[in-house]
Amino acid sequence: MTANRLAESLLALSQQDELVDLPKDCLLSGSEDEGDNDGEREHQKLLEAISSLDGKNRRKLAERSEASLKVSEFNVSSEGSGEKLVLADLLEPVKTSSSLATVKKQLNRVKSKKTVELPLNKEEIERIHREVAFNKTAQVLSKWDPVVLKNRQAEQLVFPLEKEEPAIAPIEHVLSGWKARTPLEQEIFNLLHKNKQPVADPLLTPVEKASLQAMSLEEAKMRRAELQRARALQSYYEAKARREKKIKSKKYHKVVKKGKAKKALKEFEQLQKVNPAAALEELEKIEKARMMERMSLKHQNSGKWAKSKAIMAKYDLEARQAMQEQLAKNKELTQKLQVASESEEEEGGTEEVEELLVPDVVNEVQMNADGPNPWMLRSCTSDTKEAATQEDPEQLPEPEAHEVSESEGEERPVAEEEILLREFEERRSLRKRSELSQDAEPARSQETKDSSSQEVLSELRVLAQKLKENDQSRKQKASSKGTIPQVQREEPAPEEEEPLLLQRPERVQTLEELEELGKECFQNKELPRPVLEGQQSERTPNNRPDAPKEKKKKEQMIDLQNLLTTQSPSVKSLAVPTIEELEDEEERNQRQMIKEAFAGDDVIRDFLKEKREAVEASKPKDVDLTLPGWGEWGGVGLKPSAKKRRRFLIKAPEGPPRKDKNLTNVIINEKRNIHTAAHQVRVLPYPFTHHWQFERTIQTPIGSTWNTQRAFQKLTTPKVVTKPGHIINPIKAEDVGYRSSSRSDLSVIQRNPKRITTRHKKQLKKSSVD
Amino acid sequence: METAPKPGRDVPPKKDKLQTKRKKPRRYWEEETVPTRDGASPGPPCNKKNRELRPQRRKNAHILKKSRISKKPQVPKKPREWKNPESQRSLSGAQDPFPGPAPVSVEVVQKFCRIDKSRKLPRSKAKTRSRLEVAEAEEEETSIKAARSELLLAEEPGFLEGEDGEDTAKICQADIVEAVDIASAAKHFDLNLRQFGPYRLNYSRTGRHLAFGGRRGHVAALDWVTKKLMCEINVMEAVRDIRFLHSEALLAVAQNRWLHIYDNQGIELHCIRRCDRVTRLEFLPFHFLLATASETGFLTYLDVSVGKIVAALNARAGRLDVMSQNPYNAVIHLGHSNGTVSLWSPAMKEPLAKILCHRGGVRAVAVDSTGTYMATSGLDHQLKIFDLRGTYQPLSTRTLPHGAGHLAFSQRGLLVAGMGDVVNIWAGQGKASPPSLEQPYLTHRLSGPVHGLQFCPFEDVLGVGHSGGITSMLVPGAGEPNFDGLESNPYRSRKQRQEWEVKALLEKVPAELICLDPRALAKVDVISLEQGKKERIERLGYDPEAKSPFQPKPKQKGRSSTASLVKRKRKVMDEEHRDKVRQSLQQQQQQQQQQQQHKEVKAKSTGARPSALDRFVH
Repeated sequence: MTANRLAESLLALSQQDELVDLPKDCLLSGSEDEGDNDGEREHQKLLEAISSLDGKNRRKLAERSEASLKVSEFNVSSEGSGEKLVLADLLEPVKTSSSLATVKKQLNRVKSKKTVELPLNKEEIERIHREVAFNKTAQVLSKWDPVVLKNRQAEQLVFPLEKEEPAIAPIEHVLSGWKARTPLEQEIFNLLHKNKQPVADPLLTPVEKASLQAMSLEEAKMRRAELQRARALQSYYEAKARREKKIKSKKYHKVVKKGKAKKALKEFEQLQKVNPAAALEELEKIEKARMMERMSLKHQNSGKWAKSKAIMAKYDLEARQAMQEQLAKNKELTQKLQVASESEEEEGGTEEVEELLVPDVVNEVQMNADGPNPWMLRSCTSDTKEAATQEDPEQLPEPEAHEVSESEGEERPVAEEEILLREFEERRSLRKRSELSQDAEPARSQETKDSSSQEVLSELRVLAQKLKENDQSRKQKASSKGTIPQVQREEPAPEEEEPLLLQRPERVQTLEELEELGKECFQNKELPRPVLEGQQSERTPNNRPDAPKEKKKKEQMIDLQNLLTTQSPSVKSLAVPTIEELEDEEERNQRQMIKEAFAGDDVIRDFLKEKREAVEASKPKDVDLTLPGWGEWGGVGLKPSAKKRRRFLIKAPEGPPRKDKNLTNVIINEKRNIHTAAHQVRVLPYPFTHHWQFERTIQTPIGSTWNTQRAFQKLTTPKVVTKPGHIINPIKAEDVGYRSSSRSDLSVIQRNPKRITTRHKKQLKKSSVD
Repeated sequence: METAPKPGRDVPPKKDKLQTKRKKPRRYWEEETVPTRDGASPGPPCNKKNRELRPQRRKNAHILKKSRISKKPQVPKKPREWKNPESQRSLSGAQDPFPGPAPVSVEVVQKFCRIDKSRKLPRSKAKTRSRLEVAEAEEEETSIKAARSELLLAEEPGFLEGEDGEDTAKICQADIVEAVDIASAAKHFDLNLRQFGPYRLNYSRTGRHLAFGGRRGHVAALDWVTKKLMCEINVMEAVRDIRFLHSEALLAVAQNRWLHIYDNQGIELHCIRRCDRVTRLEFLPFHFLLATASETGFLTYLDVSVGKIVAALNARAGRLDVMSQNPYNAVIHLGHSNGTVSLWSPAMKEPLAKILCHRGGVRAVAVDSTGTYMATSGLDHQLKIFDLRGTYQPLSTRTLPHGAGHLAFSQRGLLVAGMGDVVNIWAGQGKASPPSLEQPYLTHRLSGPVHGLQFCPFEDVLGVGHSGGITSMLVPGAGEPNFDGLESNPYRSRKQRQEWEVKALLEKVPAELICLDPRALAKVDVISLEQGKKERIERLGYDPEAKSPFQPKPKQKGRSSTASLVKRKRKVMDEEHRDKVRQSLQQQQQQQQQQQQHKEVKAKSTGARPSALDRFVH
């Protein structure tokens, strides 16, 4: 202990030493250093320090070399010696005297011992303490993370959090404890008992109980055996089929196929004898199969097998034979069927031929009457359309050589006559056939009803009439076409681009007209004819004058023009003609219409001009910063050079493309509607980084106008609900399912809190999805 | 102890041989339990919206001659949401034959979905993603609920169908009246009012009341179902147009000089002198705005709830006498003499859009209830149907012999055109399809030229005002069969009307919200957003949301030498650079392609011109 004290005092000494050396600092350090010396000494020192403040005394102090005056038993001062006191110095005088041996020993022991390390700084110690405390509390608190997250994401929180378990007793229990009290109840129970209705669980009447026991054991066993047998049979059959399917031998399959075919043929023959109608159907199926095969590339000599055989054929007789066989089969298949056993095939065949020869409306009409097969119908109509388009190029050169078209027109009616005749024949055959085979499709049976003799007659009449009209109209058209070229010859220069403009509406018109004809023929035969003719005459003058006008326009205009005019020829005759439909008035009407059409031209020009202006106005303006006269001669009539202007012109950034850029007939105002914008959201709320994300969350309206009542209530539930009259206690670990005292689950959380949280998130997600 | 029949035993026996488990033989009573429970299904829950079901309304308006169309069977595509056989066992042990919530067809649900999922969102944080997921789940849930409540729309629209080959247009009103029940037949009537000139007419929003005004001053309002007259006056001035305000109690009449407002007793309440020489009136029910088009070329919006003029817009196109409103977005369509139709909103001084529709002047405009199609007819005798969904292109065009002077759409998309003294009606394939102009659905001839047309809401009735009076004709399939009892209830009492009025006033939409896209409020004001962002960056001096440059993370165990860090940094930078270059290259290529396409188109347009030598090419 003494030694310790000694060391301490030595330390203090050294400090004092330093203090003297740095007198300027002494004031501060003296007060700071907490010394173990008494106050008096300090006071002394202070006085000394103060006295040493004037310049004279400073040197003096430094020069002092004698021992200090204040030597006491408590204090060893090394002031002035200039060197540090070492333990050995102290021990030297001790050596001689033996009485001090014990002291020496002790001192030696002290010497051998190392000095205690300096204690850490107070701040550092505190920091370490804080760190440890933080880690501990963080670990303890981390168990709340999932709970907090859950509560944050919860749709609704109801406080107080602990819920009372609603005691749901099963209804049986409730019922068993229940007794009839009121007279009405008693009466009902009486009734139930009288009728032996069950009152308690399970609710089965005696009859039901009896029925439950109805099936005897043997019966059940028999039934089971039956089922087993059936199952076994089925599985055998399946296994067999599977086995056979796996056989790779081609020969085997060939044999099987042949056998099947033979069998089918035999059956078919038998069927023909027994039930001709069914046989017919069968035949149809066979025919279909043949068609399928025809469609396929099976016998086209293009397969892998065929190619290999072709190589081998030179040397191998068998291969050659096989190829020949295939070729023969191909020929047989691709050959057109001219004569067939059944009338149906005949019809199909003729139809095909017809389509090839003259695809016309007549066909379509026929098909319409035929009804039930939509595929055939579509192909037919498409055919006609194609035909129309094919006709188009024929018509194109017409202005140059209209005699040709005329001659065509003459030829065509002849063909049409033929078609009509054929059609009639077909109908008759059809009728016969339908009489023969009663079990045809229902649509066909309708057909039979249709084709009573009277109707056929009337149809024939209508057809004839139509034929005549067609003739007339064609002639009309031809004549009109004849007149136009004369007009056009006067201005030959722009003629090249004309035919397109001219002919396009023409073609549409013909198609339309054809369709119309078809419809009329099919549906309302008693419609007055003059209407139709009137329309035709109406159309021709309507379109003619348009064309020469149009060609003068620019290309851009033509687009708009087309938009406004191309569809105009699609005239529809109303089922009921309007007011006074007299011929001469109609003509007057047409004249007026033409006038209106002409008047409309500058409407388009005006609109385009307006649009151009609007586009110009909406374009962002460039900023011109040139100062005329700056750095060059200025004055009236002098302009800054182009270079300079270019240099000081700040080009405005190009805005987004206009919405009506590709819409010629529309001007859409691009100005911002600030009144609406004032109601829109202009700051993105926190978790969102892009406005699309936020927009997606506000797309669904929550008002009751757009939602059902339940949905509305759910969408507008408050986030936090507090029950009035309840104490809301702070959350406890037990509330959330943690045992507060347990170390184990805490430690789990501490070890890898991250994983836990992610897992928890997943769970949360799941629950939200559910 | 008896055993109750177990659920889920009616599985067909498996073919598998290996199955060793013995199955209990099926018992005959197991099947029986199902049908007995069938009838005991509870009635549908009562929805607040549809609480008031109509007592047998249009059931019999279906024309008898015609066969019924079989309704499309609903495809139950939604699987049952949860199965829990334990909880579904009832007391008696019987099993619910239709467990879980009722299935809903996907198409119907799709109808109520409003989130556009086609747009791909930028990568988002986990927190944002969870918010988006919540929003999507909410949407799905609400739309399923809405789809399920469609079940409560019990009424079906009427229809008229010809026997095969028969044209429905030839069926005249007398035939229809003969075929329908008495109540429906009573809805066809004629008012012979030859004295006071051609009539304009208007039905109230509930479809219960009818107001009409003759050009020579005759104004009357009546409950047309019971034929009870509410008022009848002569204003001693030319009447141009007449319109009910939000309820049947108020009536706006455009007279020769000014606009007058009467109540249902015929008492003049207001004379609005700021609206002078009005030719046409339109009432926007959700905004409480009365839009007036005047001879002086002004389109004036009058807020009838506060009596203020909201906006007076100069159309700069001369006299305005063709007007209609788009019920979808409350935009006013004006037809002009130069063949254009302009779209107006009170918030903008200029038209929202201008469409060139006809070569001559526009005679009539009508917009269908979904706001998808606009029908216009012009002096060039054409009737066109335009698509209003952004393209404004004509979908179909017909030339009519005399041109249509008046057009109107019904609630279910039927289009009527008045031409002279004939009324033609076209029908489409369904509610959301445009009327096909191929064949008229119905035609009717009147005793004088048509002057006003309107389909009665919620009824299969078309009201026609003409010089000979008023004709109410039956048009099967015109009206919406199911009405919203809280919104426009034809059978509402006075008290209910008053309550509705208060509610409607509370829910009044501000006039400035009228714009082409009524869902604009569900969008963010991007321009302000960008502006705000820019300002913030300027204020802070840096972009707080900018992506910080890549800083390689120090790796452990001595692999984190400075060289490797620099290397990694370099790598990322290079990658980014490459991405940029790739993008710019792609853009260039696209531009080139576009240019090429342009050239090709041009070449085609020039090359397609046929020459005389073309015939030798083939």
